[in-house]
Amino acid sequence: MALLEVNKLSISFGGLRAVGDFCITIDKGELYGLIGPNGAGKTTVFNLLTGVYKPDEGIIRLDGEDITRKNTIDINHAGIARTFQNIRLFKNMSVIDNVKVGLSERFRYSALEGILHLGNYRKVEKEMDDEAMRLLKVFDLDKERDTLAANLPYGKQRKLEIARAMATNPKLLLLDEPAAGMNPNETKELMETIALVRKEFDMTILLIEHDMKLVSGICEKLTVLNFGRVLCQGETKEVLNDPEVIKAYLGDE
Amino acid sequence: MSFLTYFINGLSLGSIYAIIALGYTMVYGIAKMLNFAHGDFIMVGCYIIFSVSRALSGNSIVAIIISIVLCTILGITTEFVAYRPLRGAASPLAVLITAIGVSYLLENIALLIFGADVKSFTSVIKWEGLTFADGQLRIQGVTIVTIVVSIVILITLQLFINKTKQGQAMLAVAEDRGAATLMGINVNKTIMLTFAIGSALAAVAGALLCSAYPSLSPYTGAMPGIKAFVAAVLGGIGSIPGAMIGGLVLGIVEILSKTYISSQLSDAIVFGILVLVLLIKPTGILGKQVQVKV
Repeated sequence: MALLEVNKLSISFGGLRAVGDFCITIDKGELYGLIGPNGAGKTTVFNLLTGVYKPDEGIIRLDGEDITRKNTIDINHAGIARTFQNIRLFKNMSVIDNVKVGLSERFRYSALEGILHLGNYRKVEKEMDDEAMRLLKVFDLDKERDTLAANLPYGKQRKLEIARAMATNPKLLLLDEPAAGMNPNETKELMETIALVRKEFDMTILLIEHDMKLVSGICEKLTVLNFGRVLCQGETKEVLNDPEVIKAYLGDE
Repeated sequence: MSFLTYFINGLSLGSIYAIIALGYTMVYGIAKMLNFAHGDFIMVGCYIIFSVSRALSGNSIVAIIISIVLCTILGITTEFVAYRPLRGAASPLAVLITAIGVSYLLENIALLIFGADVKSFTSVIKWEGLTFADGQLRIQGVTIVTIVVSIVILITLQLFINKTKQGQAMLAVAEDRGAATLMGINVNKTIMLTFAIGSALAAVAGALLCSAYPSLSPYTGAMPGIKAFVAAVLGGIGSIPGAMIGGLVLGIVEILSKTYISSQLSDAIVFGILVLVLLIKPTGILGKQVQVKV
């Protein structure tokens, strides 16, 4: 069953068609790759999917629900979470607090209870702590729970960003160039983390990536974007052998 | 002994500045705007206490509670009507100028309702205070209450911000509004809560200010508002302990320079210190040094 269906999504910025007629269908549990040369419009697609940009045309459906013109928070609540190309953690907050920000919408007590430290406050905070620690353990970050996010090594910051996104309890996880700036060892560890997320949470993942080794190693299906348009779509192996795709990446002979 | 008396008075005035500065600094840190109408919320709070306690023939506790509730509503309304539509405006100046507009609006509404004459405000704190060392050192009740209240507020706020999910949401919004939204944090609600707390603090500060200096006019809030802003900048704007330290330093310097140097010069000295601190440490006493990588 299709979890995400996108039909003819388009957006222009001042006459430049950044993304045109973008279509994609992602099934539940799939690991899908979105690739393409620099400036092809990959991150723009993510921003459209998460409501940061509103599309000029097209329809986005998540689990059958039309989320096309919803705002960012509602889309997050509907079940899409993401990470960023340039890591955007809350750097001055501790590791566990970053995750708790992601959890915040699922756990409730009133501001007055918070100010007075009364009522549900203690109970709910304890539940949040437990849930956050459970997540951190999955990502092997539990020993760093009180470290400031800014002081984590780069690879762990990436992991924490994924953990924070998972805290919002998404149906679909968007990863924007998770391997950017990583060395081969870190990339390998990241691939293991992504595999773990799939297994542990039964998660559907759409990821943007430049690292072909990572893409061919873990993605089942690929969509190639070039100049804002879908160049090729299908099983990873077929797509990577497509002459059009090779041309877009390597140029004409 | 007299030095100690003046010092404690300075501490008390500083505590009031600190409570006002907390409101300034929270709103700046989280909503990234300077609410120049903040000082006038104090004035509104004082007029509410003044009117209600008159109507209820001197029941000041009820008057204070009503004032806090109404000021909170005023803060939320101002944010909703005047500031929220301008969030995301091309220039941050738009909302700054609107805040100045709101300030004049509130002052002139008060002028219209209550007139320009100075009303004498009956202190809401009836306690006489304590006397030490055979009457040589007398500390007024309002002084003690002010200092205690400000300490309680500081601790409560720190606990709220660092230990609750609403506080964490505030920190997240302060750091990266976009990322916070994408993690499901309702930015509008968070900023509204910030204004609610800031305005409630303004009402508390109003009650203390007018009890210590019992005269009330439509411009009562203006000068303390500006001085509290100075205190927030002095301590490092956006920092809650910074606002507290800035407020205390300002209050003590003001009272001591009024006593020992000249009462006309005291404001000049206060603002001179601001200039000096900013020349030496532009981010304020507790402000974070932001390093820009090239």
